[in-house]
Amino acid sequence: MRDVNVLMVGVGGYGVILASDGMAEIGMVNGYDVKKTDSLGMAQRGGSVVSHVRWGKKVYSPMIKKGEVDFLLAFEEIEAARWASYLNPKGAAIVADSVVIPVSSVTGDTPYPKWDAIKVILSQYSDKIYLVPATKIAEEVNNPRAVNMAMLGFLSAFLELPAAAWTDTMRRRLPAKFMKSSIDAFLKARAEAEAAIRAKEHK
Amino acid sequence: MKQLLSGNEAIALGAYHAGIAVATAYPGTPSTEILENIARMEGVYAEWAINEKVALEVGMGASYAGVRTLVSMKHVGLNVAADPFFAASTTGVVGGLVIISCDDPGEHSSQGEQDNRHFARFAKVPMIEPTNSQEAYDMMGLAFDISEKFDTPVLFRSTTRISHCKSVVDVTKERSAELKKAAFKRSPEKFVMVPSNARIRRVAMEERIAKLQDYVEQFPFNEMIIADKKLGVISNGVAYQYAREVFKNASHLKLTTLYPLPVNLIKKFAKEVERIIVVEEIDPYIENEIRQLGIAVEGKKFIPIIGELNPEIVENGAVKAGILKSASSSAKTEPPTPKLPARRPQLCAGCPHVATEYALRKLGVRTVGSGVELSKNDIIVTSDIGCYTLGVYPPLAALDTCACMGASIGQALGLEKAGVSNKIVAVIGDSTFMHSGITGLIDVVYNQGTTTVIILDNNTTAMTGHQGHPGTGISAKGERTTAVDIEALVKGIGIKDVNVVKAFDLKAIETTIKKCVANNAPSVIIVRGACPLATKKKGTPFAVDADMCSGCLDCLKIGCPALTIADNLACIDAEFCNGCGVCSQVCSSDAIAEGKP
Repeated sequence: MRDVNVLMVGVGGYGVILASDGMAEIGMVNGYDVKKTDSLGMAQRGGSVVSHVRWGKKVYSPMIKKGEVDFLLAFEEIEAARWASYLNPKGAAIVADSVVIPVSSVTGDTPYPKWDAIKVILSQYSDKIYLVPATKIAEEVNNPRAVNMAMLGFLSAFLELPAAAWTDTMRRRLPAKFMKSSIDAFLKARAEAEAAIRAKEHK
Repeated sequence: MKQLLSGNEAIALGAYHAGIAVATAYPGTPSTEILENIARMEGVYAEWAINEKVALEVGMGASYAGVRTLVSMKHVGLNVAADPFFAASTTGVVGGLVIISCDDPGEHSSQGEQDNRHFARFAKVPMIEPTNSQEAYDMMGLAFDISEKFDTPVLFRSTTRISHCKSVVDVTKERSAELKKAAFKRSPEKFVMVPSNARIRRVAMEERIAKLQDYVEQFPFNEMIIADKKLGVISNGVAYQYAREVFKNASHLKLTTLYPLPVNLIKKFAKEVERIIVVEEIDPYIENEIRQLGIAVEGKKFIPIIGELNPEIVENGAVKAGILKSASSSAKTEPPTPKLPARRPQLCAGCPHVATEYALRKLGVRTVGSGVELSKNDIIVTSDIGCYTLGVYPPLAALDTCACMGASIGQALGLEKAGVSNKIVAVIGDSTFMHSGITGLIDVVYNQGTTTVIILDNNTTAMTGHQGHPGTGISAKGERTTAVDIEALVKGIGIKDVNVVKAFDLKAIETTIKKCVANNAPSVIIVRGACPLATKKKGTPFAVDADMCSGCLDCLKIGCPALTIADNLACIDAEFCNGCGVCSQVCSSDAIAEGKP
């Protein structure tokens, strides 16, 4: 049973909390001790959201110590850069191809950086950087809200539980209307991740 | 059965299994979900009270009737409820009365940071505090037992990282089918606090604390873990979890009874270990108590007094204390990170507060910047606690004050009576007006103020996640109830100039504000428009006609998250836009319209 620390970061209203709740539940169902906590700030929508999810034999702190994040699961590009310093040197940054430009960039004080610049920041902390075509996958399954399921699917390929351990809980928990598209997004992204991992191993 | 529960869910379930009959609360982060969960449970009367003071008074009445009662609030809510809190301590209880205070170290969503452990000692009310969801669940039953056994309300303290952290709970109990029926027995010497009776109860309070002193020594969730005796760490709440993670080999004393403290247990622990460090959030509450026992102790020398703790802050404290050589990973010099655009909290797309805040900014708040003297025509805007407080941030930057619930109206009157010549507008939400704005408005009428009060009526308590309040006509259980009519209420108070305008009609809002501030009498403007997150209605998105857009970008000044820039022109993200149309009313080129490409 491997300890896993996942920091999920993104923007309010994009399903970060739902994803971290799901991951915590799946950990518990499969025998891990689990803790998870969120920081939301004041905004109902549009603010930064951070969720800590920890699986382990025994978990004390709900918050992951800086430098001990195994997987930075970023639902938005600059949010990945903002939290990159939390990664441990062997950790991986998994980033959705999603850009949500904040008001401060729109009104002009700090421009929104390009992906290449974000990648430079991430590479100071990890050489394992994955850009996930999560919005593309969500479009393919005809459910724009399935970005979070695609992100979980990509992450799941790096963890020790089989796909069925994830989809079983998803089947129990998701509303019927979104069930198929969510599981499809999850599995597509998991396959993408498996291919990406194989490609890295071949190098 | 194992369940993944947040601290608040565990508190609610624990209280349910302990047999509560009545639960009251006013919403406030991080406490809100406690009552939301209880409201879904059968057989419990649950209410959103108008404010925390009334919530606790309702709780006292229920307790006097002999039933188990839960009252929950955020830390600053207990300031509002302080009067009945002390009174309940004096009278004691009949049915168990547990008051939950959810503190918010680090002010995630609060106007201030305060350590409500002091309230327990101040009011001589026993206090317990869990370190995870399991304890939140298990200790709730004990809280009611303590309350009934020792004839006292019990303060059950949580913090953001307990209330809003999910962990595994083994749910072992269930609700008894046979609960005590309500019955009030006359007992004036206990319930009627005239001085002669209060003096008698005062003695009972001290006797109670002395008895509790023995009880807490045996409390099952205080735990001594003896390992390496060179260092003993004493901690409480979530700080215990950080302490276990950082001081891996040390001996630990986990404290869950914070008032009174288990003095003998602490003394016993002190004898076992060579050096004691207390790890606690906010004030040196435990540290000072231990020092008073004559035991050498350290704590705030290494652990910050301000803000929320986390594992790396505690680790840095351990380095300062010379216990860890260097923090394992975080102490490394970090590569410089270029400045990233900030993502400040902001009003949502389609928010009914935007037009009013924009109008205030445009009409009167012209001189912006700290310490800058106002010009004659500047309007001073006193504000209150709610989503609209976010209008303090640019580009709206429309607000001048925000202190505590209901303060905007009194502050406006104070500025006026002090002799400030600028026009003053107080801005307050519907729920906050109900909570503690009404008394301020009465004060304005009685003392002949001339302030204009804008009540932003979005028909919900939005910021805490859309709870009902007396103006909504919907109860905590989701049932229809009598709605308090805000217009009739303010007219009844004596306001003659009462105006109702639609929240997305910028022109009407501007005209009404201009008219009201010119009036030399108190006035109220009710700006009415539902919160789109509560109604879940999505309007037809608006769009910018690129051929007509002049690129002046004035529309961006409303601070809507759906507005962005593309090729130096304004652009609307249709996925975000809720179709409120405020941006189209700001546009001087007629370039924005509903549904255009």
